Amino acid sequence: MDILLGIRTQNEVLLITSRSLARGISVLKSDDVKVLECNKHTALAFSGEPGDTTNFVEFIRANVRLYGFQNKQELTTHAVASYARKELATSLRSRKPYQVNILVAGHNGTPELHWIDYLGTNVTLPYAAHGYASYYVLSTLDRWWTETLTLEEGLELARKCIDELEKRMPIDFKGCNIHVVDQNGVRLHE
Amino acid sequence: MSNPSEINGGSAVAMIGKDCVAIACDLRLGLQSVTVSGDFEKIFQYGGNFVAFTGLATDVQTVSTELRQKHALYEMVEERSMEPNTAAHLVSSMLYSRRFAPWFVGPLVAGINSTTGEPYVCSFDSIGSMDVSHDFVVTGTATNQLYGMAESLYEKDMSPEQLFETISQTLLCAADRDAITGSGGLVYVIEKNGKVTKKLLKSRQD
Repeated sequence: MDILLGIRTQNEVLLITSRSLARGISVLKSDDVKVLECNKHTALAFSGEPGDTTNFVEFIRANVRLYGFQNKQELTTHAVASYARKELATSLRSRKPYQVNILVAGHNGTPELHWIDYLGTNVTLPYAAHGYASYYVLSTLDRWWTETLTLEEGLELARKCIDELEKRMPIDFKGCNIHVVDQNGVRLHE
Repeated sequence: MSNPSEINGGSAVAMIGKDCVAIACDLRLGLQSVTVSGDFEKIFQYGGNFVAFTGLATDVQTVSTELRQKHALYEMVEERSMEPNTAAHLVSSMLYSRRFAPWFVGPLVAGINSTTGEPYVCSFDSIGSMDVSHDFVVTGTATNQLYGMAESLYEKDMSPEQLFETISQTLLCAADRDAITGSGGLVYVIEKNGKVTKKLLKSRQD
């Protein structure tokens, strides 16, 4: 039921993630952060089986950082996405596959957003959503997204999506974090 | 819908004409009924050979990249380009190597033999059984619809222009009768003289 949403605007990528962390019928945390800074210009947003998620994204981050140190050359967002995809695709045919869905957002000259599910399906998209949230926000995004959104317009569009989710989602997801990935790196908005 | 080959949706078709071949696919990628992407190309070029992969998208990506590696290695070691029938046998053996845990893909190979000039199309099942055809081959979730269209529209010895028209209509009409195939199409026409034309087709976006 976690919300994972990504919107690419003209100069940045927005990652919108829900703040609640629930276990069964209890909300354990209402300020959860589901976004991890992978390297300076790449962020991973993640959802799925608890335990698998943190283990997987930290594994990806560790190896991406290691590559950066060893080669004195940071992996591009595209490379990070390809690497994460390969790990998920390999894991899919193992005894216990990672059940993790991720969004890879980055900025290498231009903003880019990758949608990767637990099967290892990797697609580059202008806007993307995982899980139940996608049923509610995809049509809103289809209607309002354009190629030339400014940061403000992007945030406004994110607001539209969150409003829709608050109206239609059967559970209280405790609001959303909005992370902005632009040429200066990854930051939590407001 | 727990069938892995039908989760993401998608279809492809290839046809033989006079001194030419054409291969076409749709552009949809979905999760069951939800469309995730409308520009997911399923045809990959390996030198003069064109291979379409339908089925589970993660396996489409895995197998197409693995084939790229194998194709590059072949051309380096052999110091010559790969013929379509060789590419087909390579695909076949790749799939059969996974006989008991298959890749959920249904590939098509299309190309023109550079020495004989013979057009070549071939389809496979997920474990690599080859079906070399003298007219057309189809694969994907709209297989039945594609057979119906191709069976009624196909003629022998079509020109590249006629072939483009036929394969496009075949794909578009078949896609309209399959809910998880569509969102536009992509057609390659390959001619004997080496000319390759790539064209995008527009279709309904729902």
